Amino acid sequence: MLNKFKVVNKSVKKVDGLSLACGKPVFAGDMDSRGLLCVKILTSTKAHARIKHIDISKAEALPGVYCVLCHTNVPRVPRTTAGQGYPEPSPYDSVMFDNKVRFVGDRVAAVAAETEEIAEEALKLIDVEYDILEPVLDPKKAMADGAPVIHDQDDCKVIIPIAYEPQKNICAYVDAVVGDTEKAFAGSDYVFEGEFHAPKAQHCATEPHVSSAHLDDKDRIIIVTSTQVPFHVRRIVAQTLQLPIKKIRVIKPRVGGAFGSKQEMCFEDIVAMVTLRTGRSCMLKYTREEVFVSSRIRHEQYVTLKGGLNKDGKITGFDMYVLSNTGAYGSHGLTVMCNCGSKVLPLYPAENLTFRGHAVYTNSPVAGAYRGYGATQAAFAMEVIIDQMAEKLGVDPVDFRLSHHIKEGQGSPIFQALGEGREGVEQKVKSCGLPDCIKLGAEEINWKQKYYKSKDNGTIKRGIGMAALMQGSSIPEIDMASASIKMNEDGSFNLLVGATDLGTGSDTVLAQIAAENLGISEEDIIVYSSDTDMTPFDVGAYASSTTYLSGMAVKNAADIVKAQIISVVKEMLNETDSEFEFDDGMIKSLTSGKELAMSDVALRAMYQENQFQIGAIGSAISHSSPPPFAAHFVEVEVDTETGKVTVLKYVAAVDCGTAINPKLAEGQTEGAVLNGISYALTENYILNDQGRMLNPNFRHYKTLRSNDIKELKTIMVPTYEPTGPYGAKSVSEISINGAMPAISNAIYHATGVRLYDAPFTPDKVLKALNQK
Amino acid sequence: MKVKLNINGVDKDLTIEPGEILLHTLRNNGYYGPKHACSTGDCGACTVIMDGEAVNSCLVFTASAEGKKITTIEGIGTVSNPHPLQQTFVEEGAVQCGYCIPGMILSAKVLLDKNINPSEEEVKTALSGNLCRCTGYVKQIKAVIKAAETMRGGQ
Repeated sequence: MLNKFKVVNKSVKKVDGLSLACGKPVFAGDMDSRGLLCVKILTSTKAHARIKHIDISKAEALPGVYCVLCHTNVPRVPRTTAGQGYPEPSPYDSVMFDNKVRFVGDRVAAVAAETEEIAEEALKLIDVEYDILEPVLDPKKAMADGAPVIHDQDDCKVIIPIAYEPQKNICAYVDAVVGDTEKAFAGSDYVFEGEFHAPKAQHCATEPHVSSAHLDDKDRIIIVTSTQVPFHVRRIVAQTLQLPIKKIRVIKPRVGGAFGSKQEMCFEDIVAMVTLRTGRSCMLKYTREEVFVSSRIRHEQYVTLKGGLNKDGKITGFDMYVLSNTGAYGSHGLTVMCNCGSKVLPLYPAENLTFRGHAVYTNSPVAGAYRGYGATQAAFAMEVIIDQMAEKLGVDPVDFRLSHHIKEGQGSPIFQALGEGREGVEQKVKSCGLPDCIKLGAEEINWKQKYYKSKDNGTIKRGIGMAALMQGSSIPEIDMASASIKMNEDGSFNLLVGATDLGTGSDTVLAQIAAENLGISEEDIIVYSSDTDMTPFDVGAYASSTTYLSGMAVKNAADIVKAQIISVVKEMLNETDSEFEFDDGMIKSLTSGKELAMSDVALRAMYQENQFQIGAIGSAISHSSPPPFAAHFVEVEVDTETGKVTVLKYVAAVDCGTAINPKLAEGQTEGAVLNGISYALTENYILNDQGRMLNPNFRHYKTLRSNDIKELKTIMVPTYEPTGPYGAKSVSEISINGAMPAISNAIYHATGVRLYDAPFTPDKVLKALNQK
Repeated sequence: MKVKLNINGVDKDLTIEPGEILLHTLRNNGYYGPKHACSTGDCGACTVIMDGEAVNSCLVFTASAEGKKITTIEGIGTVSNPHPLQQTFVEEGAVQCGYCIPGMILSAKVLLDKNINPSEEEVKTALSGNLCRCTGYVKQIKAVIKAAETMRGGQ
C-alpha cells in the first residue's frame, strides 16, 4: 500500500517553514501596536469572593483610557469558553464579567487605553471591594457537606442532559458499567489497586495568548487571534456579545504553539467588545504570568484503578474512578474525564468494566483541554497496574502487554458506553501496529539485557520501564471538517481549509493529501487556512482530528475536482468512455494514451469552451475514532542519595497508520514525549493556601531544555487505517501519555519503589526510598 | 531620548523612551523576528546577536545598546536567500510552530561563528537557553550540525 504514494508518506518541506525560520511577521502579535488600543485585564487577587462594589470612574477619567469593562456595564450571558462544537458538553457557568470571582486570576475588569503604561495605570485606579468567601482548593474536599459553593448563581446550566450539580460543586458525573466488576474481583486470584495523582500543568506554548480586533469598512468586527478553533470563537463571541454571527470574522494567522490551551476562548470576547464600544482597533496579549495564572491548565486528577487477574493470566476486570479538578469553571470537565475511560480502558480487553468519575469545581486555576486530554492521567494508572500484574505472574512486562492488548478486529464495550457528553460509538480496531511498536521499541532500548541485569549495588541505580498507549482520531459522529479546492490556469490549486495549523504542520499535510489525489506536486498547492470568511467550516484543531478528518475532507474535495477535470478532458479528447490517470501534473487517457497538462484543462475551462470554475468543497464527518497506538520505553538513573531521576534514553515507537509526512510525525512524537517527561519529572503548580500560584514563570516552573535529555529515539511503525485518508490516523496527542507510567515503572525497576504521585521530584523520590 | 544602533548592518538613529527594552525597540521598528514570550530572560524567544554574543533582548535596556551592532533573524537570510541554518532547520523538520526558531537559529549562529565544527554536546549547550515546547530538540540539534557541515564545505 505504502509504495504507490507519490507525495504522501514523504517528508516534504513544511509549507510555512522558511517564512518562520526567517522571522516573517506571521503571528497574531506581529503587527505595529502603535495606534492600537492596548487592552489589559484586572484579575482577581482572591480565590473566592463576591464583588460588593466596583468603581471604575477614576480609571475611565484617566486621559488616554477609552473603555473600561466590568460586570456593571456588559450584558450577562452565560456561556462556556471551552471552544467546543454546539451544543457544548461543558456547562454554561461563566459570563463575560461576573459579580463574583472564583480563582486568583479570574476576570474582574478590562481597560483599553492608548498605551500599555496608561492601561496599567488605569487598572490601579479601579476600586474593588470584595466580600471574601472561604475558598476550596482541594478537589477531595469540594464535594463535602458544607463546602463553599463556587457556582451559586442561578443562571448556570448545562445545555445537554448530563449530571450537573453545581450546588455540590459537581461539574459533571459520569458512570459506565459493563458486566460486574465486584463479582469479578471477588472471584479473581489477584486484585490490584492504586490511587494515582497526576498534577496540574500548563501547556507553555511559547507564544502567549494574543488577539486583536478591528472594524472593517462595513463595521464588522474582525478578530485576528491565536486560536485552535476560529469557527467556535466566532460563535462564542457572537453569543457573548449578542451579535449575529455574520457581524464577526475570525482570522487565525500562524500560531506559536497551543496544545489545547488555545481551544479555550480566553479573551476574544473582550477585544471584540472593546472594538464594538470604541470603534478602535485593539490588542490584548497575556504576559507569561497571566498564561500560567489566568489561561487554562491540565485537569489535576486522582485516578483510582482496580484490576483483577487470574493465575492463568486472564484479566478479569477493571474499575476506574476519576476525581477530576476542573478548577473554577467547567471547561472540558465532563469530556476530559470521559476520555480517561474511553482512551485507556479499551487497551486491555476485559469482560467486566466499571468507570465512574466526578469533575469538581474548586477555587483553583481553570482546567481545559490539554494534549492527551485525560488519557495522559489515566494511562499513568493503567500502565503501572499492568506492570504490577506482569510482575505478580512473573511474566516479562513486554510479553504481558503483547499478549493482552486489543487486537485488530476487536472492539470494546467502553467505546459505546462512554461518548463525549452523549453515548459513544461502537467501533472495532481496524489497524493495530502495537505488536511491532512493542517489539521494535524493546529492541531499541535493549530490553532483554537491561531488564534482567543484576541489580546495581552503588548509590546510583539504573532501571528501565515501559508503557503501551492508545488514543483516538477525532470525535466520532460529532466532528465535521471541510475543504475547498479551486483550480488556477497554470494548473496550480488553491486549497482553503477551515482546519487550524498550530505549528503542527497540518497545512503541509493537507496540501500533500490534495496533491496526492490530484497527481501533482505539493508545490502546486497554495494553502490558506482558518479564516471564517474565506475558508469552509472545520471544528478546529483538537481531539487528534486534523490529519484524519480534515485530511478526508481534502481528499473528498479533490475527488470532486478530479471528476470535473475529467469531464473537461473527455470533451477535449473526444473520449467519452475512457478512464483517466492523474500523474505528474498530467491527465492521461488509459484508452488512447493521450495526455493533457493540468494547465491545458484549466485554460479551456476558464477561457475557451463551456467555461466554468473547476473547484469544489468537500466535507467529512468521522464515523469512528481509530486509535493510534504506541509503545514507550525509558531507561533512567536514580540517584538514591539525592532522589534525582535522570532519563538516559527514551524510545517512542508509534503506529499512526500512514505517516503523511514522516518527519512532521516524528516531530509531533518527539515534542509530545519531551512534554510528557517534563510533566513526569518537574512540572507542577505550587499554590499557597489562598489559591495563589507561587511559580508562574519559566524559572520556577521548569520545562525541559535541549541539554536535559541524553537520547530520544522515535520509531514510526507503518500500518494502514482503512477509514483514514491514505491510511492515516492521528499522531499529535498519544505520545504525551507514556512518560509518567514508563518512568514510574523504570524507577521501580531501578529501586524497588513505586511512585504514585507525580511529578517525581527528588524530594518525593527520596521520601519513597526512605519509606521502603 | 535618542540612541544610535547598528541593526543588521544599517546605522539607525532611533527615538526611544527612557527605560525602553531592546525587544520593544526592535519590534516597534518593524523587526518582528525577536518574539516576546516571557519577559524574564528564561525562554530565549527574543534572542538577538549583540556585538557577536547571543542576548535576551527582553533583558537589555535599549539605551545600554548605544553604538552596538545588533543582528536579528531578518539580518541573516531571507526566504529567497536563506542562511544555511534557516535552510537546514526547514529541511530537518526542526521548525514546528516556529515561534522559538528565530532565537534558536541566532543562538546556533553565534555558536557556529565561534566553532564551525561543534560536538552534539556543544550544540545542546548553545541551544539550552531557547525553550521549545513543540519539539524534542532532536531535529534542531541535527539541523545545527548539518548547517555546520554545509558551512565548512562552503569555506
